[in-house]
Amino acid sequence: MKITCWLFSAALVIFVGPALALVETYNFSDAELEVRYQNLTEELRCPKCQNQNIADSNAPIAQDLRRLLHQQLEEGDSDAEILDHMVARYGEFVRYRPSFGGVSIILWLAPALLLLAAFGVLLLTLRSKSRAGTAGVASLSVEEQARLQSLLNKAEQDS
Amino acid sequence: MGPRLKLFLPLILFAMLAITLFRGLSLDPSEMPSALIDRPFPVFNLPRLGGPGLLSQADLEGQVSLLNVWATWCVACRVEHPYLKQLAQQGIPLFGINYKDNDVAAQRWLDELGDPYRFNIADHEGTLGLDLGVYGAPETYLVDAKGVIRYRHVGVVDEGVWKTVLEPLYQTLTVESSAQ
Repeated sequence: MKITCWLFSAALVIFVGPALALVETYNFSDAELEVRYQNLTEELRCPKCQNQNIADSNAPIAQDLRRLLHQQLEEGDSDAEILDHMVARYGEFVRYRPSFGGVSIILWLAPALLLLAAFGVLLLTLRSKSRAGTAGVASLSVEEQARLQSLLNKAEQDS
Repeated sequence: MGPRLKLFLPLILFAMLAITLFRGLSLDPSEMPSALIDRPFPVFNLPRLGGPGLLSQADLEGQVSLLNVWATWCVACRVEHPYLKQLAQQGIPLFGINYKDNDVAAQRWLDELGDPYRFNIADHEGTLGLDLGVYGAPETYLVDAKGVIRYRHVGVVDEGVWKTVLEPLYQTLTVESSAQ
C-alpha cells in the first residue's frame, strides 16, 4: 500500500509537473472575460510557430501575446478592438479566421466559386453529350443517306 | 475550343499545377511582410541602454536608418554582429532595440564585441517589440527620414541581404529624402 502510494506521487510529479510549468495562469475579474480569453487565444495564431495558436504555443512571443490579451480584456476592449490591434501589428496572418473583405475575400469565396465552376463544366459536358447523341443521326447529308441506303441494299442482296 | 485543343487540356492543367507546386517548394512560409510597411514608427518612450534619458520615435527621424532588433540570448544576433559593425563603419546610421534583455548582459556584449549602434533602445518588457510586430530576433527595419517604416528583414543581415535587398532600398530612400 505504502509503495503504491509512493509510486503514485512519483508519477504525479513526473507527469504533471512539466504540464504545470508550461502555461501561466491569469486571474480574471469576470468569468465572461475568461471565456473570451479562451476563444481569442484559440483564434489568434502564433507568429513564430505558425501552425499553432497562442493557446497551444509556448514560444516567448505567444506568452507576450497572451499577457497583452489579458491586459486588453481587463481594460474592457471588445473582441473586434483586440483583433484589430493584433492585425495592425502582425497582419491578417495572425488570425485563423481572416476577416471577410479585402484580399482575404478570395479565401472565403474561392470554394463556392470553384464548386459553381465545376457544376458549370458538368452541365456543359452533359449538354454537349446529349446534343451529340441526337445530332449524330441528323447530320448525315442527303448524299450520305443515299449511299448508306445503297450499301444496306447491297448487303441484303449479297446475303 | 477545338477537339484537338481539348485533348491537351489535362496536360495543360497538369503543367499549371506542376508550376504552382514547384514554385511552392522555394517559398518560405515563415516569411511574412510586416504589417507596418509604409506606416509611421510606433510611438514609444523607453530608456536608452547604458545612458540616462528616454528615447522616443522622434529620435529616429532625420535620416534614413537601419533599426536592428537584437538580444544577448539570440544566437543569430551574434552571427550578424560583425557585419553590422562593417555597415556602421561605412557610415550607415544604425540604431538598436535591445529586445527583452538584461541591461548588464547587453552592455557587456557591446563592450566585448564592439558597438555599431548610434544608440540602443532598452525594451525590457518587449512592448515596443509587440507594437512593431517583432516575432523573433534578429529583425532589421529600414526607416526613412520621416520616421516611416519602409522595409523589414527577418533573420540575419549579411552581405548578400545587404547588397541585394537593403542597400538598393537604402539608396533610393536616401535620394528621395535629399530631393525633398
